[in-house]
Amino acid sequence: MYNFDFARPGSIDEAATALQGEEAQALGGGQTLIPTMKQRLAAPATLVSLTGIPEMQGVCLDDDGRVCIGGATPHAVVEAEAAAHFPALAALAGRIGDPAVRNRGTIGGSLANNDPSACYPAAVLGTGATIKTNTRDIAADDFFEGMFTTALHEGEIITEVRFPVPEAANYQKFVQPASRFALVGVFVAKYADGVRVAVTGASEDGVFRWSEAEAALSADFSADAIADLSVPADDMISDLHGSGAYRAHLVGVMTRRAVSAAT
Amino acid sequence: MTQVTMTVNGEAVSGDVEGRTLLVEFLREGQGMTGTHVGCDTSQCGACVVHVDGKAVKACAVLALELEGAEVTTIEGMANADGSLGTIQQAFQDHHGLQCGFCTPGMVMSAAALLKDNPSPSEAEIREYLEGNICRCTGYHNIVKAIMAASGQDVSAIAAE
Ligand SMILES: Cc1cc2nc3c(=O)[nH]c(=O)nc-3n(C[C@H](O)[C@H](O)[C@H](O)COP(=O)(O)OP(=O)(O)OC[C@H]3O[C@@H](n4cnc5c(N)ncnc54)[C@H](O)[C@@H]3O)c2cc1C
Ligand code: FES
Ligand code: FES
Repeated sequence: MYNFDFARPGSIDEAATALQGEEAQALGGGQTLIPTMKQRLAAPATLVSLTGIPEMQGVCLDDDGRVCIGGATPHAVVEAEAAAHFPALAALAGRIGDPAVRNRGTIGGSLANNDPSACYPAAVLGTGATIKTNTRDIAADDFFEGMFTTALHEGEIITEVRFPVPEAANYQKFVQPASRFALVGVFVAKYADGVRVAVTGASEDGVFRWSEAEAALSADFSADAIADLSVPADDMISDLHGSGAYRAHLVGVMTRRAVSAAT
Repeated sequence: MTQVTMTVNGEAVSGDVEGRTLLVEFLREGQGMTGTHVGCDTSQCGACVVHVDGKAVKACAVLALELEGAEVTTIEGMANADGSLGTIQQAFQDHHGLQCGFCTPGMVMSAAALLKDNPSPSEAEIREYLEGNICRCTGYHNIVKAIMAASGQDVSAIAAE
């Protein structure tokens, strides 16, 4: 790992200023970025840690009943503190990686990274959550722009994520046992105005909404309603862990399991 | 170089570190505390697990400078005051929960973190909690047994495999 200057500001404003510097980069829990820097795939001149900013920590409810999670909140804290308000989200957080990863890794880091096999992107897209940054609000539908790519500008900080709480929801993760990421993961959420289905781990384009299943489930929220639906295998990730066809098949299986578990 | 001060196993320690100095380097090279092992250096194996403010973390994936003022506990802090093995360590010895011993510091620290939150875990809960701790030798069975025993549970029901 190449050396760098280290800053640990105490407020969002200070962090935003520090990130204006030449080749400065944000550091969340470091669970992705530190291994990446060890491989010299990233070599920032300055790392700006976001772990010392109280306003970016914790879980709360806003006036509209949305669950708000500070951008630097570790997965383990979401698992514990969101359980009473949004159990499906807490359960998702509680199955990311392993306990030590969950004690450091943060929601903001996971979303900014947008790994095609990460779990949080499915929850954010599957609920139509709002990503708050230091400069604006970004709707989930506008945030994910393909593998490892997001709508974030250089130096922009995810300060909070706001989740509208569904009537019923569930996340099903088919674990890739070596990495512990999702080989395929599906988040299903039912709202008064319809159902959303978001799929991670499967597509070459990263997390996506399965609109055909959404339409069928909005009419009839049961696993049977999507029994005959499938996604095309063409755009699916194909690697030594599973072919595109295998992943496409899993999308159907995991969606049906999520619906059954949510009902 | 920047000075960092933290509490390690109850004692205040400080040292000059670079931005890139990892907690595990601070412990092993800075403090000469080589009990914490580096197995993979890629965040996968859990050999380097220590506690930071009571929580299990991978010391190969945390910067020392993040931990100004933090309370760190390592495997060196697990022995009893008289130097004899702590309960979890003793259980690993009694139940043959280690062979080469390379993964053991991380296993013991993960076990300690689990038992703090869940004093009487089931076999399935132990196996799930150890998801991030990899052992090339034991096949995990005796590790699980040792942790059951350390939590005061009857292990006779866990058949040898
Ligand atoms: C063994 C292992 C298993 C894992 N398993 C899973 C899994 O099952 N599911 C899963 O989803 N993930 C998994 N992860 C990834 C884990 O969840 C990471 O914590 C996460 O992807 C990155 O979060 P972080 O806080 O560590 O971010 P960092 O590593 O610190 O940063 C990642 C990127 O995000 C940027 N960044 C960080 N915080 C912010 C912010 N607030 N605003 C803007 N940009 C920011 C950084 O600049 C960097 O580019 C695993 C990781 C490991 C090591
Ligand atoms: S050395 Fe830290 S996880 Fe393997
Ligand atoms: S005892 Fe050898 S790796 Fe676990």
